[in-house]
Amino acid sequence: MVTEPFIHLANVRKAYRKGEEEFLAISDVTFDVMPGEMVSLVGPSGCGKTTLLKILAGLHAADSGEVRVGSAAHSFDPARDIGMVFQQPLLLKWRRILENVLLPAEILGLPMAESRDRALELLALVGLSGFEDKRPYELSGGMQQRAAIARALIHNPKLILMDEPFGALDALTRENMNLELLRIWRESHKTIVFVTHSIAEAVFLSTRVVVLTAGPARMADSIPIDLPLPRRLDVKTTEVFGTYTRRIYQLLGMG
Amino acid sequence: MNKRFEKSQKYAIAVLAHVALLLVWYLFVVIGKVPHFIMPSPVATFETIFTPTYGWVNNILVTATEIFGGYFLAVIVGVGLALVFSWSNALETVLMPLLVSLNMIPKVALGPLIIVWFSYGILTNSIIAFSIAFFPIILTTARGLREVEPDLLDLVRTLKGSRWQIFTKIQLPGALPYIFAGMKVASILAVAGAIVGEFLGSSKGLGYVMLQVQVNLDTAGMFMSVIFVTLIGVALYGMVVGLERLFVPRDARVQ
Repeated sequence: MVTEPFIHLANVRKAYRKGEEEFLAISDVTFDVMPGEMVSLVGPSGCGKTTLLKILAGLHAADSGEVRVGSAAHSFDPARDIGMVFQQPLLLKWRRILENVLLPAEILGLPMAESRDRALELLALVGLSGFEDKRPYELSGGMQQRAAIARALIHNPKLILMDEPFGALDALTRENMNLELLRIWRESHKTIVFVTHSIAEAVFLSTRVVVLTAGPARMADSIPIDLPLPRRLDVKTTEVFGTYTRRIYQLLGMG
Repeated sequence: MNKRFEKSQKYAIAVLAHVALLLVWYLFVVIGKVPHFIMPSPVATFETIFTPTYGWVNNILVTATEIFGGYFLAVIVGVGLALVFSWSNALETVLMPLLVSLNMIPKVALGPLIIVWFSYGILTNSIIAFSIAFFPIILTTARGLREVEPDLLDLVRTLKGSRWQIFTKIQLPGALPYIFAGMKVASILAVAGAIVGEFLGSSKGLGYVMLQVQVNLDTAGMFMSVIFVTLIGVALYGMVVGLERLFVPRDARVQ
């Protein structure tokens, strides 16, 4: 049986107008994402990664091309099935961690008692048990980002969109969070689209890496990553890993 | 040492500092043989409390009414207008520059006019206090309402949250620290405004008392008036700080 893709993008194009001038943000974007896949969008600044993510989030509309999220087997409700994580945790300072995680549930009007139980489970999943009554400032940057991930999962969305979620963390915390994200992904069975600047991070985390280039803004390739799961950090020293990263550097004209 | 001990130690030092100031004042007057009409001793000053001719209770009530009345009006109008501005860009664009110009008018210079319009009395002095106190509140509130992370708005939009939800869950609580910062500045200005009003024209209040006793070179009465005005200001400021502690977590406060 052939599974239908959960996300289908074909020849997606988006340009921004500023006065007379037109800036091409993305073009020629064509790739599919299977349900439960973890896909990275990688490329330099200005390659349209964030634009593409916002199109998937339904915040922007594409100028042309086909964008479809959801399939017959995996329905998709744009109001309830998107969880977002940004580079900054963006926790509300005046709320405790548990209340922060509950924000999407409040907005969607989900039953609160159940949502609280779920929030506690999710805090355990992201390794923040015992921190539910803390204020954001009492947590380190990495811990705040874990809380943000729990917040993205609270309404049990089918698609998680992450925009450079570990970009503001130090290198060691970042590697740790990569491992954590792989674990959370495997335990939650979510489809994740992940934007990053880091080629190594993209290859390490993903089942597929979509390479975007800037000037001209277009998609260079969509590469399936065939590395064994679960992954450990030492996979980064293997020959295959090196082959993947070299290929992406070449696509970006840096090889 | 525990925190509570440290805190009470701080209070003790603050009280001691004030007592020390009184002592220095006393010694300066006594040892320096300063004439009574230049500077009264603390004892002579506090003795005036028991002289019924000053009518302290009545005059304190009048001045306090002017200060609190003008101040609350400033808070309501300031926060209210800032809210309206945050909902209507057009109104803000038209009215804000106007308000900035109006604020440049020295309010003391408006005093005689306000007296012509409203005659002198509690209402007039409240209006003068209001006119000085209101501007910092509208400025900081407007600023606070603008300070919303665009990514956070995107997060709410992906959940199809309403503008009202954005306002109540994110914008308003986020603006509270700014509102309180403006309210603290305004509390000091409101005190000054009411006293200036009483100087310009009044038949009651602590400012009126000061003008009356000035004729007799009764500096003790003037000192006591100043002390009472200061105490009213301290009470107002303390109230605002108390409310801030109640509603804004430590980390979110604007210093």
